Amino acid sequence: MTREYVYPAFGRFWHWTQSFLILFLAVTGFEIHGSLRFFGYEQAVRFHNGAAMAFLVLIAFAVFWHFTTDEWRQYVPTWENVRAQAEYYLFGIFQDAPHPTRKTKLRKLNPLQKIVYAGLKLFVLPLVWISGLLYMFYRYPQKYEVLALDVSALQPIALAHTVGAFALLCFLVAHLYLTTTGHTLTSNLKAMVTGWEELQDEPHAAAPRAAASMQAASDAAPGDH
Amino acid sequence: MKKILLALIGLAVVASLVVTAVRRSDAGPKPIESLRQTYRDKAKPSVDHALFAQLKGPFAKPQLVTAACISCHNGRHTEVMASSHWNWERIEYVEGKGIRAIGKKNVLNNFCIGVAGSQQSCDKCHAGYGWADGTFDFTNPMNVDCLACHDNGGTYAKKTAGAGMPEPGLDLALVAQKVGRPQRANCGNCHFFGGGGNNVKHGDLEMAQFETTRDVDVHMGTDGADMSCVDCHTAEKHQMLGKAYSLSSMNRNRVTCERCHGAVPHEDDLLNQHGYKVACQTCHIPEYAKVNATKMRWDWSTAGKLKDGQPYEEEDGQGNHAYMSIKGTFTWEKNVKPEYVWFGGTASHHLLGEPFDPSRPLVLNPLHGEYDEPEAKIVPVKVHRAKQIYDTKNRTLIQPKLYSATPGDGGYWGDFDWNAAAAAGMKEVGLPYSGSYAFAETEMNWPLNHMVAPKEKSVSCEECHAREGGRLASVKGFYLPGRDRSKLLDGLGTLLVLGTLAGVVVHGGARYWFWRRRQGGK
Repeated sequence: MTREYVYPAFGRFWHWTQSFLILFLAVTGFEIHGSLRFFGYEQAVRFHNGAAMAFLVLIAFAVFWHFTTDEWRQYVPTWENVRAQAEYYLFGIFQDAPHPTRKTKLRKLNPLQKIVYAGLKLFVLPLVWISGLLYMFYRYPQKYEVLALDVSALQPIALAHTVGAFALLCFLVAHLYLTTTGHTLTSNLKAMVTGWEELQDEPHAAAPRAAASMQAASDAAPGDH
Repeated sequence: MKKILLALIGLAVVASLVVTAVRRSDAGPKPIESLRQTYRDKAKPSVDHALFAQLKGPFAKPQLVTAACISCHNGRHTEVMASSHWNWERIEYVEGKGIRAIGKKNVLNNFCIGVAGSQQSCDKCHAGYGWADGTFDFTNPMNVDCLACHDNGGTYAKKTAGAGMPEPGLDLALVAQKVGRPQRANCGNCHFFGGGGNNVKHGDLEMAQFETTRDVDVHMGTDGADMSCVDCHTAEKHQMLGKAYSLSSMNRNRVTCERCHGAVPHEDDLLNQHGYKVACQTCHIPEYAKVNATKMRWDWSTAGKLKDGQPYEEEDGQGNHAYMSIKGTFTWEKNVKPEYVWFGGTASHHLLGEPFDPSRPLVLNPLHGEYDEPEAKIVPVKVHRAKQIYDTKNRTLIQPKLYSATPGDGGYWGDFDWNAAAAAGMKEVGLPYSGSYAFAETEMNWPLNHMVAPKEKSVSCEECHAREGGRLASVKGFYLPGRDRSKLLDGLGTLLVLGTLAGVVVHGGARYWFWRRRQGGK
């Protein structure tokens, strides 16, 4: 077993702050939506708006960080190894096959993650925060002599915001599950806390696994990458 | 660790900068404080009318008091005679019907229906003397009743069914010597009792407001702002500000909350934003008829039952009339939650003689408004529903003659004969009556403006932003967060999330199963 420093400090701070904000926004947001009752409508709206503002500030810092550290390059989608990664999740993972791609500080995401995270950053999150800002400010000429936007109807804005919310919820479910697919069930989680990830040793670690997979005769695919 | 701390500090600095940039503190006293100050000091009369020789009296008839008033306040009578308190009509543009002179004189309601034929009784509340029938002279200034509105001594009263004449035996000189700015009693004596009893019509204007608490009416409560009617309903040349949409049509001459409180009265902008589409009254009048019940339904069709040939009355458990032979069956309610509608400031009116479809409830004063109209806001209304007499052949509402001065004159309250009452009333208004009548469902909208609650008691967010059964459940044409959603989108979204969850469970289960098999194989 080897250890690799994969997640730098700000990256981890950003990730965890974001994750708590998103969870909190989901609870308050679905309360505003009418799906659940927890804080009471008034508090839910106040908390949701406050957390949304905090999220925007965090996003501003994160964008800055991504560009100054070149981290953004990690999210450029690639077709390379996509097939292998997909096959790993569909077959290899059950046979304890090795991960097809190795995680390093410079390559923290596997090819599927790159596609999903790029989609999240380029489409889903912008959809949510743009529709969210419109939701907050679409209406009214108000105090402070600020003339706000005057969009005639809330409905399309609210529906777009809801679409984003459901997309994020789906991501959350899959994301939480996939944290268990590292070297051990908790190695990914530990890495996101400490920055250090335990990785499979290569290549000799593969040998006993190959032996085990002999029993699943026709399921040879995972070794084939 | 250091980096995290630095990032956190940076975050805090930026966040506080944003907050201070957005929230500038307003200097000076809060508007509500200055408003309280304005109304704390009550106006004192500038002269003592008791010292004027002109008012020494005695006055043989009330018209002589009017003459005395005019002898000093010369010209003021022309102002009164140009007002709706005198004319009981205004020139209004009624959408789709053109410019019409409408008012109590000629518009039907679904309480006592209309004044025609019953002036002797109804015109007790006319700001004049002697309007007993269609021959009243509206150009005679001596008939202006100054005292009804300006008596500050509390002794003036008008005679029941006296066509607006004072109660006989009053010392008119004493009354005249104590005149001044109109007080609650002056307005309330008529406006609290419209429709033939306390709080019958408005629901938010009743005799409890002669002296009340801020809990009932935050403006009028003597333990609160202790304001009188004319503090808001100010007058210029005897033209009062404000009107009721039971009789008026146009978006003008309204008393608004904003006139004193401004367009952005809350410290919280989220609440201010509501004011763009929600009237102040909607949240601040959570219920009406808080002290005494108001009439919600009036069924004229059951009127006329007699016991031993005599009319009678029955009471409900709360001491309200449940049945009166002269008027029919009533439903009363206390602490009523308003109904809500979009309202842009204009109303229409069903006018005398217009045909209608009796198979559906006829709305006598439809309030216009939709979400898309820039002016329109959601307002609270009292909806009064009734069954009232109409002509089945002409399909028009009937103006019956109700008050009966002498037996056999057709007045329903004396003769209990709908046919005779319809014939006499319709003759009075100059419209045909076919001779056959029935009773039709009608509705009237009464926008609520009084009985404003203290802010702690205003409507809470959840009462409207609720999926089911909220106050605004029936107000359509817009997306209300918490109430509205796309069922399709929510369905697909839920399906997607559950699908992901199912996928995860199946995948995880399979991993576990294979892991167990590997363990066993070793």
